[in-house]
Amino acid sequence: MSKKTDSTENAHNTSGQDEWPLWEIFIRGQHGMSHRHVGSLHAADSEHAIKNARDVYTRRNEGVSIWVVRASDIAASSPSDKGPLFDPSRDKIYRHPTFYDLPDEAGNM
Amino acid sequence: MYAQMVKSTGKALLSREEMSPQERAFQDRIDQGEKIEPKDWMPEGYRKNLIRQIGQHAHSEIVGQLPEGNWITRAPTLERKANLLAKVQDEAGHGLYLYCAAETLGVSRDQLFEMLHTGKMKYSSIFNYPTLTWADMGAVGWLVDGAAIMNQVPLQRTSYGPYARAMVRICKEESFHQRQGFQIMLTMANGTEDQKRMAQDALNRFWYPALMMFGPSDKDSVHSAQSMAWKIKMNTNDELRQKFVDETVPQAEFLGLTVPDEHLTWNEDTGHYDYSEPDWNEFFDVISGNGPCNTERLEARKMAWDDGAWVREGMLAHARKSQARKAAAE
Amino acid sequence: MTEALFEFLLRQGDNSLVLGHRVSEWCGVAPALEEDIALANTALDLIGQTRLWLEYAAEVEGKGRSADDLAFLRDAYDFRNMLLVELPNKDFGQTLMRQFLFDAFQVPWLTALKSSSDQHIADIASKSLQEALYHLERSRDTVIALGDGTKESNARMQEALDRLWPYAGEVFRDDEIDIAMAKKHIAPRPSEIRQTWDATLKETFEAAYLTLSEDRFAHSGGRTGQRHTEHLGHMLATMQVLQRSYPGATW
Repeated sequence: MSKKTDSTENAHNTSGQDEWPLWEIFIRGQHGMSHRHVGSLHAADSEHAIKNARDVYTRRNEGVSIWVVRASDIAASSPSDKGPLFDPSRDKIYRHPTFYDLPDEAGNM
Repeated sequence: MYAQMVKSTGKALLSREEMSPQERAFQDRIDQGEKIEPKDWMPEGYRKNLIRQIGQHAHSEIVGQLPEGNWITRAPTLERKANLLAKVQDEAGHGLYLYCAAETLGVSRDQLFEMLHTGKMKYSSIFNYPTLTWADMGAVGWLVDGAAIMNQVPLQRTSYGPYARAMVRICKEESFHQRQGFQIMLTMANGTEDQKRMAQDALNRFWYPALMMFGPSDKDSVHSAQSMAWKIKMNTNDELRQKFVDETVPQAEFLGLTVPDEHLTWNEDTGHYDYSEPDWNEFFDVISGNGPCNTERLEARKMAWDDGAWVREGMLAHARKSQARKAAAE
Repeated sequence: MTEALFEFLLRQGDNSLVLGHRVSEWCGVAPALEEDIALANTALDLIGQTRLWLEYAAEVEGKGRSADDLAFLRDAYDFRNMLLVELPNKDFGQTLMRQFLFDAFQVPWLTALKSSSDQHIADIASKSLQEALYHLERSRDTVIALGDGTKESNARMQEALDRLWPYAGEVFRDDEIDIAMAKKHIAPRPSEIRQTWDATLKETFEAAYLTLSEDRFAHSGGRTGQRHTEHLGHMLATMQVLQRSYPGATW
């Protein structure tokens, strides 16, 4: 498997030719939340990965929907971009509800 | 613990003045409680240490399947069989999570297996002891999982993100393991004369090996300082061992069993139990390959791996063929 | 009638018990961690189903025995599982082939049992069917993958099929218990399931590049308990050792 630099946390993976590729697993639980990254596993292909995810990551009834993504297919931001990518939003406190101070009489909002 | 003989690759602990600016910034992040993530810069020693520690931890989980797996086919009731199988299955899961965490550091699972099989990497000494009666399923759950939990709970706060996240999941899943073991002990200790004997015998055999799980005494463990500064080791060996003794002795009393240590006494001044050290010569024997089951455990792992090669290859070949067929059809 | 129903329930429970036991033997030594975990899930499902079937069997028998008594204190000639499930695991290929042959029967069988005139049986079947459907998906896909995979994996799967085939057909030979159950609309005759089973096999083995024998010979004696293989006794010696060695103890 080729080594990709712009990949997930598993970017450094240097698994050999004969190793099942690594998959990142996302599961949506019972409560209608978004799919959430739960971990990784190895599988020969996507169908196998979904089944393995079912067996490995939903043993305690955790999920109702599974997404699998090949780890090497994920493009990720690089840590050195952390400043330019995330700092601009740090001072936009007006995006957060607590920015707006309202009198108690106005009720819950 | 599950990584009881990890040697730091870094030499002595560096002072701030000796650190490069990059190393200093790294240490600052850790001191501030920030998590280190896979793509972040990290000292080579940190990376290597983590690979060894997480690798040993992962190996311990999967080798740890074997002594308990030894009793799955002999579990005495359908319920016990299901409980034990679920528990040993969890250990496979925990091994899997940990291998994945190690993989984020640039080593593949196959490479880690290779290092286990060739003896380059170790696993916890405790799994080189045999499980001889059903009471051992109780003792392993109660003592071995009990000791493991002491170490794993603080590791949820370890500095390396993927490791910490794996530990969170593992701790959540492990909560039933120790209880399951203690319940077996309780049933045996209140059972027939034979069962009581088995329970006491299991405690006799597993007490000192359980104490050894925390690794050598702090005074002989020169490498802890760096690991603790990096927050990949959260407590000293002796701290955790003492905590384990303090919590376990009253549980043994509750079971009506005798801890096999004639020097065990409550020390009013320290507020802790005084206890006898395990035989560290035995510990080093086990670590260096001369434990009662080292050969069998490694043989079993290697055989599983070798016998499974055709399956792994077959599945992969099929996946590639299907991919090629799909591509050809488009 | 009670006796026939009891026998019928033992057949269901013993199939799950014996196969669940066999599959659990893989724990810790499967070809990959993911497969290890998946096999344990299958075994856990089967052990769970065993409890449901044998609890009901014990209740129907009305002699004060428990599911555990039935599992751990009967000897081989009182077991009513089909021979196929008691055969040793051998390699992963034989284990998965055996699982597939069983699952391919179990899915249509449990589907039919969902409309049993006996509500308790219908309930157990509904619950078990969900599990069996997943088992079949997994075992079928694995058989196809390994049949298609490499030259070696294909050869091993063909060998597994050839080895197991003479044991696969036992279940379709209706006997007086089956006929009694069919009369009461408790269960269909197993032979009625054969067509569906044959179709699943045909489709799967075509995709897996495996050749199914034309030979319809089938060993029998498991479901009736008249003649088990030698393997069952060894399995029970292991499984029952604690209950046999320490009579009356609570575990």
